[in-house]
Amino acid sequence: MKFSHYLEKITGVGVYPMISLLLFVFFFTVVTVLVFKQNKAEIDHIENLPLDN
Amino acid sequence: MIATHHRTEYYSTKPKQSTNQSAVYMELQKFAYDNKMPRNFAIATVVWGAVGMLVGVIIAFQLAFPVLNFGIQYTTFGRLRPLHTNAVIFAFVGNGIFTAVYYSLPRLLKTSMWNNTLSKIHFWGWQLIIVAAAITLPLGITGGKEYAELEWPIDIAITLVWVVFGINMFGTILTRRERHLYVAIWFFIGSWVTVAMLHIVNSFELPVSLWKSYSWYAGVQDALVQWWYGHNAVAFFLTTPYLGLMYYFLPKAAGRPVYSYRLSIVHFWSLIFLYIWAGPHHLLYTALPEWAQSLGTAFSIMLLLPSWGGMINGLFTLRGAWDKVRENPVLKFYVVAVTCYGMSTFEGPMLSLKNVNAISHYSDWTVAHVHIGALGWNGFLTFGMMYWLIPKMFNTKLHSIKLAATHFWIGTLGIILYAIPMYWAAFRSYFMMKAFTPSGQLQYQFIDIVQTVVPFYVLRAIGGTIYLLGVFLMVYNLIKTAKAGSFVATEYNEAPALEKVYKAPANPFWHSVIERKPMVMLTLSLIVVAIGGLVEMIPTFLVKSNVPTIASVKPYTPLELQGRDIYIREGCYNCHSQMIRPFRYEVARYGDYSKAGESVYDHPFQWGSKRTGPDLARIGAKYPDSWHFNHMLEPVSMSPGSIMPPYGWLFDQDIDVASTNSKIHAMRKLGVPYAAGYESEANKDLAKQAQSIADNLKKDKIDISSKKEIIAMIAYLQRLGKDIKTDTTNYSK
Repeated sequence: MKFSHYLEKITGVGVYPMISLLLFVFFFTVVTVLVFKQNKAEIDHIENLPLDN
Repeated sequence: MIATHHRTEYYSTKPKQSTNQSAVYMELQKFAYDNKMPRNFAIATVVWGAVGMLVGVIIAFQLAFPVLNFGIQYTTFGRLRPLHTNAVIFAFVGNGIFTAVYYSLPRLLKTSMWNNTLSKIHFWGWQLIIVAAAITLPLGITGGKEYAELEWPIDIAITLVWVVFGINMFGTILTRRERHLYVAIWFFIGSWVTVAMLHIVNSFELPVSLWKSYSWYAGVQDALVQWWYGHNAVAFFLTTPYLGLMYYFLPKAAGRPVYSYRLSIVHFWSLIFLYIWAGPHHLLYTALPEWAQSLGTAFSIMLLLPSWGGMINGLFTLRGAWDKVRENPVLKFYVVAVTCYGMSTFEGPMLSLKNVNAISHYSDWTVAHVHIGALGWNGFLTFGMMYWLIPKMFNTKLHSIKLAATHFWIGTLGIILYAIPMYWAAFRSYFMMKAFTPSGQLQYQFIDIVQTVVPFYVLRAIGGTIYLLGVFLMVYNLIKTAKAGSFVATEYNEAPALEKVYKAPANPFWHSVIERKPMVMLTLSLIVVAIGGLVEMIPTFLVKSNVPTIASVKPYTPLELQGRDIYIREGCYNCHSQMIRPFRYEVARYGDYSKAGESVYDHPFQWGSKRTGPDLARIGAKYPDSWHFNHMLEPVSMSPGSIMPPYGWLFDQDIDVASTNSKIHAMRKLGVPYAAGYESEANKDLAKQAQSIADNLKKDKIDISSKKEIIAMIAYLQRLGKDIKTDTTNYSK
């Protein structure tokens, strides 16, 4: 009995890891792209918050 | 900015009338920052830290000198090790998190903590839970799942206190005077929601009595849930809240903002997204379905990116300020803490590669790995925070910078002395484990390997002791500091209230929209972490055939079940695995590799994660009953050189037969196929089986009552792995 045989019991299980990977790549790309379209002044304000007090 | 007058009531300065809506003249509100809670949590952090580490040092020496188990049941390694891990994780780091939250959250949000009563319930509730853990774990009251050992009443208490903490945190966030949530707060929110989810999902258990329960899940499913929890306890208890701590206290200590705020956004979202998927890397080469193992590996490798992003962000915050590191002990601790974070988050992904994991799993490598994290990352960040916070709250200077620097060097030396022997021991035992003679026999007995690593255990214990000495130096230094200063119980600040209707700037930064909305933040974090858990677990749960049942695998007999509960009570899983990996050297040593179907009735699973002793998955029928009898009574009599403690009390205490009925009943409720009404028969069968073992022992001239716990223990051990041994045709699929 090989472990990989468990795989065959779930119909289309191969899609799970694929979905996971694509989801993350999409997510990561969106976050990264948007991070570079930021408002500098606002960021300056936020990053200085811990030093304010 | 902070005025420290002695007024407790809020007041508003007279509003300056302005006809211009966009004018900056806003009504200033005065509010107070309470320092009592952060101080209390800080004291708890240091006290429990010292206690937890002291227990760590004791159990480290126990591995080298078994006599230190003291021959009494409450102080054996198997019971104290969970105490050490729980104390360090939930008491030391837990209180460290709360110190950071109760200090930074009001200041970052320009408001008081929402509700002082909730703060008090949170503080005392958490300390009571710790005390309950410190009492129940040595008593052998345990759920038998690593890092989640605490029994169901304490689990419920944890849930309640966690909810109180959450309400207080969100109350504070919702009544804030600063619109944007600083990155540290996202880490606190993400950690809170994920820990809540992990704790609740992993703690599903069916109570049998007030202090005994069975895990809702069994075998491979239990293992998957447990390591999804265990891994993410590391992620969302030891890592992400401490990243929040880093993002707050590092800039403060360095006197400059974080290196890159953009990076911190990528760091946050990708870290919490990836972490949650990586749990199965704790189960490589086990009976967990292959696809889930691969998923765990792939996501673990990707984790390297955000983790190192965070490390770089931390270290680069000190760019141009490295001269300060020479003088400032706080920054010294932070530099090593962040470096250790980088090291262990590099090592983690490497350990999840299957070929590396083959070496590291069950070995002291894992122990070294987690201690780089615990001693370096959590310990040093906490110490840095204390050296910064205590003088600040007591309005004075640190008693001795020199002593703090000594602590730093001692601590660093302690980490090195701890880790190197463990790495060495791991490789040494791996090479010995897999050595075959030219004729194809295993070259070394397991006991040879144990003996060869004992000197490394001594070195490791010395490393831990040195590290602990550093902590004592800190305690002395902080007490002197506190005595020299006077405690500032309340600090005051003033800020305008948030405008009810917020007009975003013309080109709002997308992420600032989320930052302004804590509930959106909470929900998004939950969705992000829930996706990973669901994709991982749903297939294993829903598709029954995912865990193929093996016809010859039968439920435990009542006596074996009682024996199993004793095995769990004694914490045997802390040193013995029950999971043989499909390697030649493991199969040759322990027997055929383990199958998922073999543990379908194991509530909870007992696969283990460390082999200080040999694997027990197929120990059944390997030795006669009398061997186990003598071995449990005096391990070195059967296995010279063994470092296992003797279990003398099993020979005095009677099996708790009164519980058999409810145990069988609970197991059937969980899906174990005991016949209806078997509860009332169970003790008859138990007595019969116990008598046959006692008779068997008598043949070997051993006279013992069949009522003693050792009989149940022998029954359980003799059962292990036998289902498949007796009928090898059923699983040859």
